[in-house]
Parts: sequence; C-alpha cells; structure tokens
Amino acid sequence: MLRLLKYLKPYILLVVLDIALLFVQANADLALPDYLSKIVNIGIQQGGVENAVPQGILKSEMDKLFLFMKAEDKATVLADYTLIDQNSPDYEKYVKIYPALEQAPIYVLNRVDKAEMEKLNLIMAKPLLIVSSLEQVTADPAKAAALGRQMGFDLSKIPVGMDIFTLLSRLPVEQFSKITAAIDQQFAPMVESTITQAAVKAVDAQYEKLGMNTSIIQTQYILRIGTVMLLITLISGLCAIGVGLLSARAAAGMARDVRRALFQRVESFSSAEIDKFSTASLITRTTNDITQIQMVVMMVMRMVFYAPIIAIGGMIRIMGKDTSMWWIIALAVVVILGVIVTIFSISLPKFKITQKLIDRLNLVTREHLSGMMVIRAFNMQPFEEERFDTANKDLTSTMLFINRIMVVMMPLMMLVMNCTTLLIIWVGSHAVAASQMQVGDMMAFMQYAMLILFSFLMLSMMFIILPRAAVSGDRVADVLETEPSIKDPEQPKPFSTPFQGAIEFRNVNFRYPGAEEDILHNISFTALPGQTTAFLGTTGSGKSTIVSLIPRFYEVTEGAVYIDGLNIREVTQHDLRDKIGYVPQKSSLFSGTIESNLLYADENASEEALKRATDIAQASEFIYSRGEGMQVEIAQGGMNVSGGQKQRLAIARALVKQPPIYIFDDSFSALDFRTDSALRKALKEQTSDSTLLIVTQRIATIKNAEQIIVLDEGRIVGKGTHRELMQDCEVYRGIALSQLSNEELA
Amino acid sequence: MTTPQSNLPATRSTMQRPGMMGRGPMGHGGPMGMMKGEKPRDFKGTIKKLIQYLGSYKLSILVVWLFAIASTVAAIFGPKILGKATTVLFEGVMAEIAGTGTIDFTSIGQILLLALMLYVVSAILSFIQGWIMSSVAINITYRFRKDISQKINRMPFKYFDGTNHGEVLSRITNDVDTVSQTLNQSLTQIITSVTTVIGVLIMMLTISWQMTLVAVAILPLSFAAVGSIISRSQVFFKRQQDYLGHINGHVEEIYGSHRVVKAFNGEAKSFDQFNQINDVLYISAWRSQFLSGLIFPIMNFVSNLGYVAICVLGGYLAARGTITVGDIQAFVQYVRSFTQPITQIANISNVLQQTMAAAERVFEFLAESEEEPDNLLPVAIEALEGRVDFKNVHFGYTPDKIIINDFSFYAEPGQRIAIVGPTGAGKTTMVKLLMRFYDVNEGAILVDGHNVKEFKREDLRCRFGMVLQDTWLFNGTIMENIRYGRSDASDEEVIAAAKAAHVDHFIRTLPEGYHYMINEETTNISQGQMQLLTIARAILADPDMLILDEATSSVDTHTEVLIQKAMAELMMGRTSFIIAHRLSTIRDADWILVMNDGDIVEQGKHEKLLQRGGFYADLYNSQFEQVLAGAA
Repeated sequence: MLRLLKYLKPYILLVVLDIALLFVQANADLALPDYLSKIVNIGIQQGGVENAVPQGILKSEMDKLFLFMKAEDKATVLADYTLIDQNSPDYEKYVKIYPALEQAPIYVLNRVDKAEMEKLNLIMAKPLLIVSSLEQVTADPAKAAALGRQMGFDLSKIPVGMDIFTLLSRLPVEQFSKITAAIDQQFAPMVESTITQAAVKAVDAQYEKLGMNTSIIQTQYILRIGTVMLLITLISGLCAIGVGLLSARAAAGMARDVRRALFQRVESFSSAEIDKFSTASLITRTTNDITQIQMVVMMVMRMVFYAPIIAIGGMIRIMGKDTSMWWIIALAVVVILGVIVTIFSISLPKFKITQKLIDRLNLVTREHLSGMMVIRAFNMQPFEEERFDTANKDLTSTMLFINRIMVVMMPLMMLVMNCTTLLIIWVGSHAVAASQMQVGDMMAFMQYAMLILFSFLMLSMMFIILPRAAVSGDRVADVLETEPSIKDPEQPKPFSTPFQGAIEFRNVNFRYPGAEEDILHNISFTALPGQTTAFLGTTGSGKSTIVSLIPRFYEVTEGAVYIDGLNIREVTQHDLRDKIGYVPQKSSLFSGTIESNLLYADENASEEALKRATDIAQASEFIYSRGEGMQVEIAQGGMNVSGGQKQRLAIARALVKQPPIYIFDDSFSALDFRTDSALRKALKEQTSDSTLLIVTQRIATIKNAEQIIVLDEGRIVGKGTHRELMQDCEVYRGIALSQLSNEELA
Repeated sequence: MTTPQSNLPATRSTMQRPGMMGRGPMGHGGPMGMMKGEKPRDFKGTIKKLIQYLGSYKLSILVVWLFAIASTVAAIFGPKILGKATTVLFEGVMAEIAGTGTIDFTSIGQILLLALMLYVVSAILSFIQGWIMSSVAINITYRFRKDISQKINRMPFKYFDGTNHGEVLSRITNDVDTVSQTLNQSLTQIITSVTTVIGVLIMMLTISWQMTLVAVAILPLSFAAVGSIISRSQVFFKRQQDYLGHINGHVEEIYGSHRVVKAFNGEAKSFDQFNQINDVLYISAWRSQFLSGLIFPIMNFVSNLGYVAICVLGGYLAARGTITVGDIQAFVQYVRSFTQPITQIANISNVLQQTMAAAERVFEFLAESEEEPDNLLPVAIEALEGRVDFKNVHFGYTPDKIIINDFSFYAEPGQRIAIVGPTGAGKTTMVKLLMRFYDVNEGAILVDGHNVKEFKREDLRCRFGMVLQDTWLFNGTIMENIRYGRSDASDEEVIAAAKAAHVDHFIRTLPEGYHYMINEETTNISQGQMQLLTIARAILADPDMLILDEATSSVDTHTEVLIQKAMAELMMGRTSFIIAHRLSTIRDADWILVMNDGDIVEQGKHEKLLQRGGFYADLYNSQFEQVLAGAA
C-alpha cells in the first residue's frame, strides 16, 4: 500500500486540507457536549443566569450585600456599578428592563471585561448567598431560633419593624466579625464554582425583586446557546462535507492515476511479463484492486485520520474538566480493544478460509454443470451430491461460526458502552456530591466517552479492511514496479529501403522466463520473401514460440533474429511490427463492428482494400450474407461470431495491413478443409511477394510450402519440401501417417 | 465493500457478508443501501413459499422475534432509568445548595443497578436471539443449496441448453446468500426497528408530548434531505457502475488481446480510449462518493436542529417544573436513537423486495419441470447384445424446430457406426438420444428390441460407455477420476483399466502416481492424457455399447497412437458409435451416418456413398482433395 503513496502526491494539498478540516470538525464535534452541559448547568439549573453578578440590583439589596464585603471589595463593586434613579438620563431605558426602578433606585452593572467579571464573581457570590439564606432563615421561626443560637443572640427578640440586616448593621464590629467567621466556616468545603452556582439562585431572586421576567432570561439564554450549537453543527457539517469532497476527489483521482499508470505499464509489457502475472490477474489488478485502494484512501481520509484526532481532543477536554474520571474511558477503551482483538484473532483465520470455501462450492457446482453428460452417463449423481454436500457443509459451518462470533460481539459491545455510562454516572455523582464537578459536566463527559469509544470502534473496524487493501496495493505495486523486459534500443536503426522481408534465425535458443529448460535449441533457418515457410510439429514442440520471437513478443535467450540482415533488437518495436501481419492462434476481435476490426490494422484503408482482404480471407460471403454487412456488431471477445468466422476476420485484419511479412500462428484450425484450401490459394495469389510463415498441425495445409521446418522438442529435425521430408524425416512421416492413410500419401 | 457509514450496524453488515465480498466493487448497493433493487414478480406468493420452506424453523423464528422484542424493550428503558439517576443527583445537588438535603446515593445506586440489570438482560436476550437466528439462517442456506444441487440432477438437459451455467451458479451462491442475509439480519432488524420506534415513541411521550412533537416534526425534514441526495447520487452511482463496466470490458479486451494490440501497434489507440473512459469514471466516482458522503453530515445537522429545539423546549419545561433534568438527558438519548431504526424501516421494503426477488429465482429453479419419471415397471437388463434400432425418429431441441426428420436405421450387435459431418453438424445429438439425455419427439429408439423408455435411465446408461473428445475430469485424484466409471471398482481393477487404456505408464511417471491430484482447471495434465483417462474410465465400466469421439489435432503423435490403439481394443465386440474425423476409421466402419445442420442427410457404406456423389462425396473430396492431388 505504501508503495503507491507517490500516486497520492498530486493530491497532497487535498490531504493536508482534509486533515485541517477534520481537525476543525473534531473540535466542533467535541464542543457540542460542552454546550449541552452549559444548557443543563446554566440554562436549566441556573435559570439562564451565568454569573453571581447581577446585571441590576435594588439599592436596598445592594446595601445588604455591602454588609458582608470588605471595604476594598465594596469600592470595586461601587466602581463597576452605576446608581440609577428617576433623575438619571437613561431612566426611560432602564425602567423598561427593570420595572422596579419606578419605586426605588437601583444599581446597574457597567460594561466589564471577563477578568473583572471573575473578580466580581468572587466578591459577590458569598454575600449573595449569605443574604439569601438569611432571608430564607428568618422567614422560618424555628430555623431562625437555631441560627440565633449559633450567632449568639435570640433573633426572635429583634424589634418589630426592624429586619435582621438593620440589626446586623448596628452590631458592634467585634460581634459582627465573629458571625461572619462562623458563616465562612460553613462555606469552606464548597468549591468556588458550586458557590457561584448556588449564588446565581440568589441573583435570580434579585431579578424577581426587580420585577423582571426570569423565565424569559432562561429561554433567551438557552436559545443563545442553542444558536451557537447550531452554528457549531453547521461548521462541523460543512467540514464533513468538505472532507467528503476532498476525500472523494483525492481517492478517485489517485485511483484514476494509478489505473492509467497500470494500464500503460501493462501495455508496455512483453508477453513474458503478461505470462508472469497472467492476463486474468492483470485484469483484476486494474479493476477490482484499484477500486479497493480507492475505497480505502477515502475511508482513511474520512475516518482513520478522524479517530485519533477526536480521541486526543476528547482526552484533552476531559483532562481539562476533571482528572479523576479519565480512567473510566481508558478502562472502556482497553476493554473494547481487548474484546475486538480477541474476537478478530478467533475469527480472522475463519474469514480467510470462507472465500476459499465459496470458491470450492462454486467449483464443485461448475464441474457438476459442465460434466452433466458424463455424470449421468456413469450414473454418478449420488457421488456428485455427496461432493457438493461436503463443500456445502464446510462452507455453512464456517459461516455459522463467523456469524455466531458476530452474535457475541454486538451485544458485548453495547454492554461495554452501557456499563461505561453507568460507571460514569456512579463515579460522576460522587464527584458532583464532592462539589468537584457539575451535573452538566458529567453529562458532557458521557458524550465524550461515547465519541471516543466510537472512534476506537471505527478504527478497529478499519483493521479488517486495511489488510485486504494492503494486499490489493501490493498487487498493483508489483505490476507498476515491473520493468518491461523488451525495450527499444537507444539509437534505433531504420530498415533498409526497399524492404525485402528476409527473416533469418541464427543459432537461436529460447527459454521461457522462470522455466528450467530451453524450449528452443539452436534454431537456424532463413525464410525468404515470396516463399511460404511452414512450421510443423506436435504440441509443445516449440513451433508457435519460434514465430512469436519475430515480432519480439519475447526476447531470444541466445542467438539473434535478423530481418534483411538487421538484428531485430536494433530497430524500434513499432517499426518492426509495422512490417508484420500477425494472425494469432486464439483469434481475438475487439468489440465494435466488423469494419472497425478490419480498420484496426490500418485506419486509412479504403473500402476496396477491405473488400479485397475479406475476399482473400473467404470472409466476404458470411459478411455480406447479412444485411448490415461490414457494420455487423461484434460483441466483446467476438462472442457472437463462430470460431471459423472469427479466424477468417482475424486473417482479413492482417491482410488489410498489407505487410511484407505474414505470420499465421495455427490460424486455420477452425476452418473446414474446403475453406482452408480456398483461402490458401487466394493468399498465395495475392501475396506473392510477401514472406509467409505458417504454423500448423495439419499436413494438408502446408504440403505445398516451399520450405517446411519440422520441430520436435524444440529442435529442428527436418527442413525441406513435403516430398523431401517424406523421404528423410522420420518425425514428419509419423505425423503424416497419423493424419493421412498410406495410399493417399504415396 | 459498502460505502463507509458511521453507524455500527452498517459496519456489522459489511463484516457479516464475507460471501459478498469482492462481488461488486465500489459502493455496492448505492448510498445507505437505499438503491432501488429488482422486484419480485409475485411478492405474496414468494413470501408464502418462503414461509412454507422455513418449515419447523417457524417456531424458532417466533422465539427469536419474542427475544428480540424483549431485548429491545429492555434496552429502551435504559435512558429513562439513567435519566432518573441524573434527576436524583440533580435534585440532591440543588437540595444541598439550598441546604435542605443531600444527594441520595442509595437511590442512585439502586437505579444504576436496575439499569445494569436491564442492560445485561438485554444483551443476553439479544445474544440468544442472534445465536438461534444465525443457526436457522445457516440451516436454511444449507438446505437451499442442497435442494438446488439435487434438483440439477433431476432436470432435463433441455433446461441447460437455454440457461448458462453462470445463472445457475449465481442462484446457488448469490441468491441463496441474499435470502440468508435477510434471514440472519434483516428479519430481526425489522422487528427490533419497529419495536424501537414504537418503544422510543412511547417513552418520549411519557416524558413530554410537546418535546415528542418537536422530535417527530424533525423527521420529515431529514427524510426530505436524504431522499433528495439519494435520488441525485443515484444517477452518478449508476454512471459509475456503467463506466466501471466499460473499463472492465476495455481492460479485459486489451489485456486479452495483448499480442494483437502489439502486433498492430495499437497501444496508443487503446490508451487513448482507456483514458476517455477512465476520466468519465473518475468524475462519476468522486461525485457519487461525495454525494453519498453528504448524507451523514446533513442528517447530523438536522438531528442537531432537533437536539437544540428539544433543549430549548426542555429547558423551558424544566424551569416550569413540568419535567426534570434527567428527563431531558433521557429524551436527548431517545432522539438520537430514533432516526436510525426509522431509516432502517424505510429501507426494509427495498431489502424485502430484493430478498423476495432472489428467493423467487431460487423457487423458480426448484419448481422447473423435471425429467420424465422412469418407467414404473422397467425392463430388467443384465447384459445387452447391443442391437440398436432407430424407428422413424423425429427430434428437435425445441418442438417447433425439428432437426432430425424421420430417421430410421438398424445396427447389428458388434457393428461400428461412424457419424461424420462438418463441425457444428450436430453429431453429438445422436449420442444424447442414445443415452436418453433427450427423448425423441416421434418414433422410437429400440435397444435389443425394447424402447429405451422402457428401461430405467440408470440401467440403460450403465450399458453405454462414453468417451467424448470434450473430456471431463474433476478436481480429484487420478484414481478417483478413473473409478468414476464404476464406483465399486477396487484399486486393482482401476489399475487394470488404466493398463488396458495404455495410460498406466504415464500415470506412474506422475509425482504421486494414481494419487496425483488433477487441479481445478484441469491444466496439469495434457489433452491427450485426459482422453486416455476417460477411455480407462469406459473400460472400467465394461459397457455393452460404446460412444466414442475421435480426437482431433490437439493431441501429440505419440499419444494419438495410444488413443487409437486403446479405442480399437475397447471397440472389440461392442456396438460402437464413433464420431469420426479420421479417414481410416470412416472407411473401416460398417455403416456411416452423414450429418449436416442437425439432420442425418445420408447413410450407408463408404463406397456406396461415394458413388452416390452426394453430400458425403463432396465432404470427402474437399477434405482430402489436396492429399489425393498430391498423391497423384
């Protein structure tokens, strides 16, 4: 996979942008629980009041607070507040917000910065709390008595018409400081934030005294936070869309580039490399494997990068909030990873064999279908059923195993997640009780935990896909890194003009790449223009191999091939092949029309040239017997024409080229003898100046050739005409006798 | 691999489909699996058949459904109960602040324990449910495949003339797989999704009807959004699929014709063509992937919209004291778990349609008409003399196209009958009729005076030995492949048959001798040797009559001589039908049947036929004209 990394280079900017967007997205996603916690903590719990600093407060109430402030604090507060009464210039404006202004003067908070707000929070929270609790207490006579005892005097003895605050203000300094000390002691275990949270209740009460609608304050706060949340979601969504765009473009782009490079590389290959990989495998590599890679690149850009970012981000936020609970998430992650690792280590080997078992089932079925005649002829249906049953059982039992593992896995995962939640609530509520965190924080924590666990879950899922993609990547890279074994010379020579087309093999040995033995030994012969040179031999004798050396499909191992005295390695492959009309053993046509197939040889061929070629190839009859003539559609692989027709079209294609050299590699095998002989006759007449090379197994086809080369196990064992060979060549006679009866040969 | 999805069940389904892996590249099934699939012709009928097919598993499935419902319900209570814990905590905190009380940890503990129990119960139920269902699904899969495999043996050849093997294969693997997947997952998914939706709805209503209204109101919005994306991306998905097909085709063609491309210097041309397709593929690929990737963020945004709305409303209600903080927490969780089952339900009809289409194809196959049953009172045969009599036979592969018209002919025991004709003349038709792979339309074929229909097929075929040029060996050892001729033959008998077929020597040169494995593509053994093995198979079967197909040119000289010899020995004393290519065989035959275009156009002895100057004479002269000319 990494070997293909360079193909991602053009898209590096997209990848960098992608990571940046993922970063923003992760941060946005992680910010959401924060805001949810704000909605719970402040919006719901604190009635939308964020600070223990009232925006406005009755002067009479502020005076009560001053009682419990140090002198310098009082000065700070007075500096930050403005006293408003009916004579103030902004009276009209303020009376709308604070209806109580009509009756009494109020203090209104000036615009202050965050730091100042914090300072005020600290100064005002406690007095607010004290005042509000004193007010509550005095409202209840029983409690009042208890408090009085604590403070050292009987509250019920307060004169009528005088409230506790007037009383307190008149107390001697010494006694008053004793009381405040006692109160301070009560606050000692509470954390600042909890005090603030408690104090905001008091602020809320103050707002009510001002005649303000407190529920509107709350709703407004929630809406404000809600809008922020929506904005964040929008940002996260836009990032995700951006990530989708970037990853799709980068992945598809890389896939396109790799596919192009691969195709070009395969086209540059000689037959040796094609054999090495096999055509079917090269096709899969160009299509499925690259699609796999594309999917993975996309997933990596969308999910794999995201997981660590969100996991780390989540961890950082959790650490920032509270350090005492991160172990829960660590524990959950460890458990989940443990479960996944265990399950995969059990099921992965099974996963790997499923494909084999499916292939086996397919194979058995395919054999059953293709051998139906034989199976029924030998009454072997029960045997076949048993074979199928074994394959079927093997497959289904493995599938059952895998399915059951998944059956275990899903509830287990859900259970781990749910237990994590429970644990967070349990541990969290103790933390809340200890005033270490707020309820909203705990809820946010739960969501972080889920985000982190999910990202780990997704990451681990990736590990199923990644190995498969890695295999695909390697398969593609293997092809891309294979150099074609046949290359053009650096300083190619041109063929001499006029081109003759005399082919000479000089002591050629050839060995297929990877083979242990040479398939051709010391081959030397000359094929002259205007003559037919035929190659005859049994299967595997090397006759097709010889002719495939001429267009340089393979490179000779030793010796050399010369055309008009020029070593074919000294000319370009293009020039060389330009001179050759080649008809392969397996005639392959391209999808299109008959005409487009013929024009493949020469785009500029005239209609007459095509007609001439099809006439020689004995193909005109069947072409023109159909209405569409040359425009008859050819399906992929020429599936819709018969073997014989395909062969004749392939021959016609080579004829359209009108090259000086023709190679027919066993190209008459699907023709009946009558067509075969008519074709050869026409060929001889029309291509009298050309060098004709014919590979065949039929003696009848080449009986009249000027030169017949007989091959046996890669060696030339006879060279001459039919008559000569019948006399001197044992192998030739053997082949001839098996094909024709004695009197016919005589 | 399906498109990446960010929810767990989707990942699960990808993992659970090892059988589907590598089937369709790139986003198989389109975005969120919502691609419109094929539809069954008869939905109801197929469902009925499927239910019938489930048989005794119906009860198991019922149990599974009950467990699934119970498990889902237990899970649904989770958030509500956890919400209570939060509420208790919250109230405790508020009480502490107000100085009126403390946090009630006993109560929180109890609630959490209850939740834990529910979660554990839910997990166990879900586990049992899955366990049972997976075994039901697998058993059904197994049975389907077995039934199909047995069905193949009972079907007439005629069926396979019109059906390619790939189709049958696809039924055994893909279609059965689809049904199995649905049984394994979708069936329970339907039940859990419906239960979840209803349960969640009820739970939400118990918290607050106003909030429920908001939550439900959000749904159409998200469906509209997703729907429009899907319909848009569908176009690109289809184009992507099309161009993947084009590129596959082009690559296959060019790689497959590598030599031709090189020989005609066509590299640049095909590269241009490739680039054109590749560029279109690139555009449709990124667009479809991008569009399907839009679904998640958009759903997310819409769901967050609902989230905020619920928070606002919830905060308002909580402030009024109508609901508690824990309720909000629970509600938020419910809303989050609401959308997924709804998408699943929306998708279920597609899944069901696809499943039923697959099931329909399987059932159709299982319901195909079978071979005419054997005669109930068959003629018993120990051994046959080998008299074969064709009486006014008419035959056609389809009734409307009779190819053999009124053919009569009689063969004495031990005679050799050569069947000749150009390629594609239908020479194997005779074989198929003799072996009763097909029945004649009119007239009769008699063996030893009995109509072939009077025999049990098995008995009749037993008496024929068949050696076709199109040899068939299977992926097994050589021993197993020869023993195919007679399954109860001992090893010694197999070896004796191999010796008689002159293939023993060759077998012994192989790495493991008789235990040499023939590979899946039967490429590790040559054509000629394969033919010898099939002759050995026929020798082992020791038939009364023979059907032989002479080898053509693909066999090397030495092997060919062996085949000739083995065949000659095999034919001794047996009525033999030979699909002949060799002049000597034809001339030595007792009788020649000349075929063209499926019909028997001439019959008689070699000299007579030549004299007549008809089709046979023409054929003979054209084949050997050169040879004779050369000899002259």
